[in-house]
Amino acid sequence: MINKIVQSVADALAGVKDGSTVLIGGFGSVGQPDVLIEGLIEQGAKDLTIVLNNAGSGRVGVAKLMEQGQVRKIVCSFPRSKDPVVFETLYREGKIELELVPQGTLAERIRAAGAGIPAFYTATAAGTLLARGKESREFEGKTYVMERALKADVALVEAWEADRWGNLVYRGSGGNFNPIMAMAAELTIAQAQHIRELGELHPHMIGTPGVYVNRVVQVDRGGDWLKPEQV
Amino acid sequence: MPFNRDQMAARLADDVPEGWCVNLGIGMPTMVANYVPPTREVIFQSENGVIGMGPAPKEGQEDPWLINAGKQLITLAKGASFVGHADSFAMIRGGHIDLCVLGGFEVAENGDLANWATSENDTAPAVGGAMDLAAGAKRLWVIMEHTTKDGRPKIVERCGYPLTGLACVNRVYTNLAVLDVVEGKGFVVRDLAPGVTLEEVQAKTGATLHTQ
Repeated sequence: MINKIVQSVADALAGVKDGSTVLIGGFGSVGQPDVLIEGLIEQGAKDLTIVLNNAGSGRVGVAKLMEQGQVRKIVCSFPRSKDPVVFETLYREGKIELELVPQGTLAERIRAAGAGIPAFYTATAAGTLLARGKESREFEGKTYVMERALKADVALVEAWEADRWGNLVYRGSGGNFNPIMAMAAELTIAQAQHIRELGELHPHMIGTPGVYVNRVVQVDRGGDWLKPEQV
Repeated sequence: MPFNRDQMAARLADDVPEGWCVNLGIGMPTMVANYVPPTREVIFQSENGVIGMGPAPKEGQEDPWLINAGKQLITLAKGASFVGHADSFAMIRGGHIDLCVLGGFEVAENGDLANWATSENDTAPAVGGAMDLAAGAKRLWVIMEHTTKDGRPKIVERCGYPLTGLACVNRVYTNLAVLDVVEGKGFVVRDLAPGVTLEEVQAKTGATLHTQ
């Protein structure tokens, strides 16, 4: 019997090594695996490279992970938020490395890694600072920049529903980076609000087939969801 | 009288025809949606994977899982759909967005846009989806004040700030005028705010303005 459901957040995060590259799903708070991030803080892996859209806000979640000194480098598109104090302080003090990537390029680099494509060309950022040092090439008279796949050791994703095969269903705009991140890591760990019986999830609704998922932990946040304005 | 921010958004909204798929950037561009009448069917795309945004939710009807790229709570229009980030940006980078509206620091007469960093050493530069939209949308209109707060022109011959995209801007809506960017020619005045003269706009512009 295939059963990817684990009983605790600690079990879900067991074995994450120092020096890992960790993909973290979500766009702002929506679709962000907040409990798994807390679990990673508990778990204590250090020297991490984290990949996500935003660089955290306030002193919770990703910001706390950085403040604890667990993050060596962040790869993201928008390290600005309502309260970016932790990232900005560490960045100014030279204690964290930033790789700034246009949002679509970030998504495509992750997707490419999951799809076995080592690199691709895109018009995004051609002729700008963010193309500096990268190979570029002309196709049909237009300049494109070569971008490399962004493969990871671990992906932390968030879903609304899951089953024991690891199939995931997303809610609202909570898909965002989660489906591609689930594809691009050696170890994909999902936090899900609801666990459903196998067969209960409609095949058309499954956003991530369980083949991409290694562990699922149920996290019932009840009605107490993070509000977007807290991000 | 120069346009205020709402009038600028309304002026731009007037030019958005039924049927277009439109991505609105964070800030003033987001206001444009308020001025497209509900009778005119325009599909608003948000890069976090929402295709078909509706108006802001009424109090008590917010869904915390429904946000736009500016992380504001939204509703869905009838006919809306969700995709993940890869598909959302495939839509943007693959040329399926009819119009993108962005804010700007500078627009140059060759259509270059600078809107993400003010120097090479910004404390924490943030680019988001701006470069993807600049490179991928069918049309890019910029909505911004005509000058900086201290009166320096934002419409210039060549951008001084780091670029977001090269030769990507098609039109600029400011508090003083609407300018087309025409290849090989530069800025062509399409419209002036009520009571504003061409001489006045030219004096506040760092590039030559042409008339049609």
